[in-house]
Amino acid sequence: MHVKIKINGKIYERDVEPRLLLTHFIRDVAGLTGTHIGCETSICGACTVLANGLAVKSCTMFAVQSDGADVVTIEGMAKDGQLHPLQEGFWEEHGLQCGYCTPGMIMCSHQLLSRNASPSETEIREALGGNLCRCTGYQNIVKAVQYASRKLRLAPKVAAGD
Amino acid sequence: MTQRYVGQAMKRKEDPRLVSGTSTYVDDVVLPGMLYMAVTRSMHAHARIKRVDTSRAQKLPGVVAVVTGEEVAHCGPIPCAASLPNMKRALRHLLAMNKVRFVGEPIAAVVAENKYIARDAADLVEIDYEPLPVVVDPEKAMDPASPRLYEEFSDNIAFNFFFESGNTEEAFKKADVIVKERFINQRLAPITMEPRGVVAAYRMPDNELVVWCSTQTPHGLRTLLANMLQVPENQTRVIAPEVGGGFGCKVDLYAEDGLVGYLAKKTGRPVKWIEGRRENIAATIHGRDQIDDVELALKKDGTILGMRVKAIADLGAFLSFFTPMIPTLTGLLAPGCYKVPALKFDQVGVLTNKMATDAYRGAGRPEATYLIERIMDVAAQKLKIDPAEIRRKNFPQPSEFPFKTSGGVIYDSANYEAALDRALEKADYKGLRRKQGQLRKQGKYMGIGLSSYVEICSAGPSHAVGGGGWEAGTVRVERTGKVSVLTGVSPHGQGQETSFAQIVADEFGIEPDDVVTIHGDTGRVPSGIGTFGSRGTSVGGTAVYLAVQDLKEKMKKIAAHLLESTADKIEFGIGKLLVKGNSGRSINFNDVVTVAYNAVRLPPGTEPGLEATRFFEPSNFTFPFGTHVCVVEIDEETGEPKITKYVAVDDCGNVINPLLVEGQIHGGLVQGIGQALHEEVVYDENGQLLTGSLMDYAIPRAHDFPEFELDRTVTPSPVNPLGLKGVGEAGTIGSTPAVVNAIVDALAPFGITHIDMPVRSEKVWRILKGRKAS
Repeated sequence: MHVKIKINGKIYERDVEPRLLLTHFIRDVAGLTGTHIGCETSICGACTVLANGLAVKSCTMFAVQSDGADVVTIEGMAKDGQLHPLQEGFWEEHGLQCGYCTPGMIMCSHQLLSRNASPSETEIREALGGNLCRCTGYQNIVKAVQYASRKLRLAPKVAAGD
Repeated sequence: MTQRYVGQAMKRKEDPRLVSGTSTYVDDVVLPGMLYMAVTRSMHAHARIKRVDTSRAQKLPGVVAVVTGEEVAHCGPIPCAASLPNMKRALRHLLAMNKVRFVGEPIAAVVAENKYIARDAADLVEIDYEPLPVVVDPEKAMDPASPRLYEEFSDNIAFNFFFESGNTEEAFKKADVIVKERFINQRLAPITMEPRGVVAAYRMPDNELVVWCSTQTPHGLRTLLANMLQVPENQTRVIAPEVGGGFGCKVDLYAEDGLVGYLAKKTGRPVKWIEGRRENIAATIHGRDQIDDVELALKKDGTILGMRVKAIADLGAFLSFFTPMIPTLTGLLAPGCYKVPALKFDQVGVLTNKMATDAYRGAGRPEATYLIERIMDVAAQKLKIDPAEIRRKNFPQPSEFPFKTSGGVIYDSANYEAALDRALEKADYKGLRRKQGQLRKQGKYMGIGLSSYVEICSAGPSHAVGGGGWEAGTVRVERTGKVSVLTGVSPHGQGQETSFAQIVADEFGIEPDDVVTIHGDTGRVPSGIGTFGSRGTSVGGTAVYLAVQDLKEKMKKIAAHLLESTADKIEFGIGKLLVKGNSGRSINFNDVVTVAYNAVRLPPGTEPGLEATRFFEPSNFTFPFGTHVCVVEIDEETGEPKITKYVAVDDCGNVINPLLVEGQIHGGLVQGIGQALHEEVVYDENGQLLTGSLMDYAIPRAHDFPEFELDRTVTPSPVNPLGLKGVGEAGTIGSTPAVVNAIVDALAPFGITHIDMPVRSEKVWRILKGRKAS
């Protein structure tokens, strides 16, 4: 089946098998390997990307379902060599260790902050309930999101895809 | 040396690539003409294989090769590095032949043009099984009448491990009180967020094999693969690229590692295999799974006289790399941080129809800490002594170190009481007890749990670990003054690219940005052992530190020659070497480097260049310790034990980077609390895995925790020059008993003295429902 998917502002057009997962389209067709696969069953959240502005687990969507979608992956977060405040927050607050869950955490946090610019600690923890991390114990991930929240409130125009 | 960076919370050098999605994990390695492997696995826990028919799989368009057990039998059994007296070497091959012994055991491997075809073809391999009786309960498996996993062995008992120190019989005779309890350390799955993965490429004319593997031990893997696949070791290169978590489970050589290498060799094309999560839970090693019957003999005042432990370790269906060694560590640490004058430890390792167990974060020490910290609380409850005071009473004093224990090891250094006091103070222990009393009057159940732990790290003296306890480090000052550190350890989240840069920068008086640490590539770094057991910085970092000292001596000689002084009068300043004592005479660091490589103005008899390699062989293990305080509140409606406060005071000796240390503790706590409250690998009586996905195997989520309150005491280790003890496993080891102790404490008014892990809401709810508080 023919699909046309915009990823990080660039259009990728291909004939694909109907069963091809969006995550495999992103990784294998577009060659963007920052999106990771941790469970293939939409539980761990490592493969989270933004599709039309919504955080989705890209192992749960077929590429054909994403035809025409505007997708943002971790590679689309930094602009002009400047890390996005969320990326900066994870770095500043030691919000990652092995780094495997990090892209998904950042994409999911992005959705949270776009809906709620000043989330409480509890709201952050609840919002990340669908993203698993086995290294950090989550505490510094919460701090990373708080860091980004502060920074984005000071400079609200910084957002993915802008 | 001026410490400008060691001890500072520097953010990590690793992170820009990781937060931007530009790092390379194994699944990101793509090679021209690459094929994909999928594995056909056993659906039965115990069965004879009557027939394997690969014909339908072979015919599927896009399939390149299908292999079964006989074809790879010549690769030999997968070795086990551990050895115990009279141990039965229950080893598996790359693919099962004749019989399977656990659900998920590889039977056939398929390679195809893409991963979807490979997966389809793996499902087309037809296997006729003759099911055999299954044994999953280790106590039943010990019965000589139970089904045997290996016909060649007389029973399922893989080993017995026994020792007695002191006279336990006398200790128990003299005791005022004896407490006993059975503690079960349930089976856990490590669940690295990145599952395992391997890519192999083989170049036939050169007989050269390159393997990318998500491993913690690239050099060990290289030696094993070279032997297995008949490729000379010096023509085998193993690269551990970015590794998405290890926790011990990526130390082993797995069947799939050998199969990918074999198939790359067979097909002449690169082959990739990436483990799915279901495969990961079924066929990556599990941890723990130990039953400990513990008896503690005490005087009325709480003084410990002796301890007896009867332990059953469920090893699963075969011996993986360290399988039999892991449970024996429980014996070495069974006395915990107490004076236990007499100890009898009697352990049996049993084979069952489940995946093998091996090292999972803590590896044998969490079991020890759990049993001693639980039995201490049982004793405190019985003797009506405060849990903090019974602990304090039995600590060895700081002046008694090095302290030889009845577990047979020598603790390097400690001040257990200082850590306990700090934790009690930080948690406001007295205030908590007051609050608990008030809440109980209101019919609310809050519990306070303590855990004072000691653990064993920095493996270790080679003679004490069955060989290979050293680590290697090379330091090369490049011609421009930039420094390359090449380490034998293979970090995968621990942050040694940063902490090693801090150590080296301070020693040389340069900037951490000028230091790059290279690891995880046998083609680039000196022979090493790897990252596990909290040895990366304490052993690997020490090797690097020693190599730096060699270079500093050489640079001092060169500087002395240039400054017309003597080496003993030269010291390192910031960016320069200077003659001591305000002489005003100095030379820039980079100028000394230039002279070393230019080699024209070197002092006579000095070799050009600035590169040194050192191997560090530690004289002992190190023994980090600490005290954790956990507070839980029980939800009366649901039984949910909610952690409302968690204080962790840990002592890991000197600290290079507090940010990294805190991160290790946070992560460790969550894994340990995960065991206490949620996690359990469950097989049914037929050996079917019931917790085969992350839907069923519950790892903790962000909203399960309050903010942890951390603090440290600092007791340097005398075992290495940097005074480091290690911190990778401490959080996991200390937390599990603290949580269970808190829950038991909360439920004490119901007459509860013990509750088995994982303590899920349902268990507590049944207790609340069935009993009345006194």
